[in-house]
Amino acid sequence: MDILTIVILLTYLFAIGYLGYQGYRRTKTASDYLVAGRNANPVVMALSYGATFISTSAIVGFGGVAANFGMGTLWLTVLNIIVGIFIAFVVFGNPTRRMGHHLDAHTFPELMGKRFDSRWIQIICALIIFVFMPLYAMAVIIGGAEFIAPVFHISYDAALYLFALIVAAYVIAGGLKGVMLTDALQGAIMLVGMLVMFVFTYYKLGGFTAAHQTLTDMTPMVPKALTAIGHQGWTSMPTFGWAAPGASAAESAKVSLWWIMVSTIVMGVGIGVLAQPQLIVRFMTVKSKQSLNRAIVAGGIFIFFMTGVAFIVGPLSNAYFVKQEAIECHIVNENALLDPGADGSGVLSLVAEDAVQEVKARSKAFVAYKRPNETADMPPHYILKTPAMTIARGTDGNPDTIRPGMIAIARTVTLGTTMKGNSDTIIPRYINSAFPKWFGLLFLMTLLSAAMSTLSSQFHTMGTSIGRDIFETIRKGDQKRTVLITRCGIVVGLITAIILGKVIRGNIIAVATAIFFGICAAAFLPSFLGALFWKRMTRTAALSSILTGFLTSALWSIFVNAKTAVGLGICKAMLGRPTILTPAFSPTWAFVDPIMVALPISALVAVAITFLTKPMPPEHVSYCFGGKKPQ
Amino acid sequence: MMVGINDPWVALAYLLSFVGSVACVMYGVINWNKGDEPIGPEDTNWAKEEKEEIEAAL
Repeated sequence: MDILTIVILLTYLFAIGYLGYQGYRRTKTASDYLVAGRNANPVVMALSYGATFISTSAIVGFGGVAANFGMGTLWLTVLNIIVGIFIAFVVFGNPTRRMGHHLDAHTFPELMGKRFDSRWIQIICALIIFVFMPLYAMAVIIGGAEFIAPVFHISYDAALYLFALIVAAYVIAGGLKGVMLTDALQGAIMLVGMLVMFVFTYYKLGGFTAAHQTLTDMTPMVPKALTAIGHQGWTSMPTFGWAAPGASAAESAKVSLWWIMVSTIVMGVGIGVLAQPQLIVRFMTVKSKQSLNRAIVAGGIFIFFMTGVAFIVGPLSNAYFVKQEAIECHIVNENALLDPGADGSGVLSLVAEDAVQEVKARSKAFVAYKRPNETADMPPHYILKTPAMTIARGTDGNPDTIRPGMIAIARTVTLGTTMKGNSDTIIPRYINSAFPKWFGLLFLMTLLSAAMSTLSSQFHTMGTSIGRDIFETIRKGDQKRTVLITRCGIVVGLITAIILGKVIRGNIIAVATAIFFGICAAAFLPSFLGALFWKRMTRTAALSSILTGFLTSALWSIFVNAKTAVGLGICKAMLGRPTILTPAFSPTWAFVDPIMVALPISALVAVAITFLTKPMPPEHVSYCFGGKKPQ
Repeated sequence: MMVGINDPWVALAYLLSFVGSVACVMYGVINWNKGDEPIGPEDTNWAKEEKEEIEAAL
């Protein structure tokens, strides 16, 4: 990292800190606008909401997944805009604001608890949030760390700690206050960063049609591992289908990618956004429906330039890596051997000169190189050697040039990953390789902005869940302790997120985000919808729906969904097989995301139990919908 | 084939991403002055309490 990088980075951090301080001193949080009875600037409001909604997870994690799976992931952008902005603002926004203010609810669990007059609902909602939100925070922190590590030439672990430290300092210094101008500045930086990435990528690849056509023509380059699960090219949807009961593993795998893409990536996150506790609270900070109407203008544009650009640029990075990438470097070793372990699926490690022949025979050939500005004490980079790679040795002291000619995911295979690569590093690698250095800095600020705004609201939500929603509900009136518990909740959330980020690295950002969004949707969405729009809905129905949604989601993850069930290993330990599915069931069920089953069941339970139980007292329902508080 | 994308489902998603953004802009512009509501005491109280709570947590 040179002096210029440090200066620009420090200037940015100082600007964010100063704006936060100024905004706070002059009382410009969303709440202050409300106290003053004024509308926040709609662009500021939309950017602030968007910056909270979109994080490094969407840009780096989902961008990497899009690079791997293709442009079909754009369906998530469609849902992000239609559901995450339009339906959220037009349908959910105003009733949430009205009910929140009328019931004096400041958190999502409190809103639910007061609407259904139930301490248990508040506590259970808060517990689910407190236990599972660190998974989402982890995804956001990993997204930043994967980018910082190569930029600063530091290890992933060091990047993880550095990134968490910067974010924690920001959260403590002012991020938690949610100064709108700071959030909006972060949103604006994100917008500029993604806009440049969008224009530059298309410019580099010859325009819209030429870029897409190049990608379409690269369909034969899709790796066998991906075609086996139904990948049909980066500009095509995966193969759709439903395997018959008893179908072979290979047959059922052929349609698995479609279900992973549509049910987990698109539906899980696309619908789950409506039940995100930290976003729901945002609606309570606006003045009126008019503020929401106005914010939709900037919100729609902002989301397109966040997820839309990430899901377009991600797949197009394949075209860049194959057709254009040229690495100017000094080759250290043209035949470095990395060992993927006895079964070929282990973490790649360097093979010593004196290693036994068996290890050497199973090892893969890599090229070890250093970039011209890297010093002797820095470790070299390793890039997989393939027949498509060309190497031109520099003469007269000029650097060597490697043209890897390989697709994005193959480009991420290196020392410390498995041979499957790490999709979480595709976007960082693309930025560092294809763009000029100044953009790397801008993108770093984009990611810092994206992470800071989202994490500060996540930590606030985790803190209030354990402090206000759990502790204060149980021990009423102990204000001092509530504050202490809230602070502890924030620290525990941060530490848990860091530990998770250290333990489970690699192809995890999008999956972790989708799991959290899916749990929120299954557990909260039907009862939240009922709370706002269905006066007949009862306390028992809401509680049953929340529990059923959560438990179905958890059980499906533990016993049915192939990815999570195998990862957790509980099913294997209990039943001796990876999932509960027998040959009597279609093996495709193993690729269906929990949300597809848990959400309908949770909704069905909400409706059925409502009609089976006595309506809530009319005075209470009337109070919830704007009437006087019952005595 | 639309702009080099051969699968109509992907082309549709690409198109809808743009159309969705434009629709948001149009909706916001058309309803720019609609939905204003006066601030009541409960709104103000809510905002004051929210501010106090965040300050206390820091």
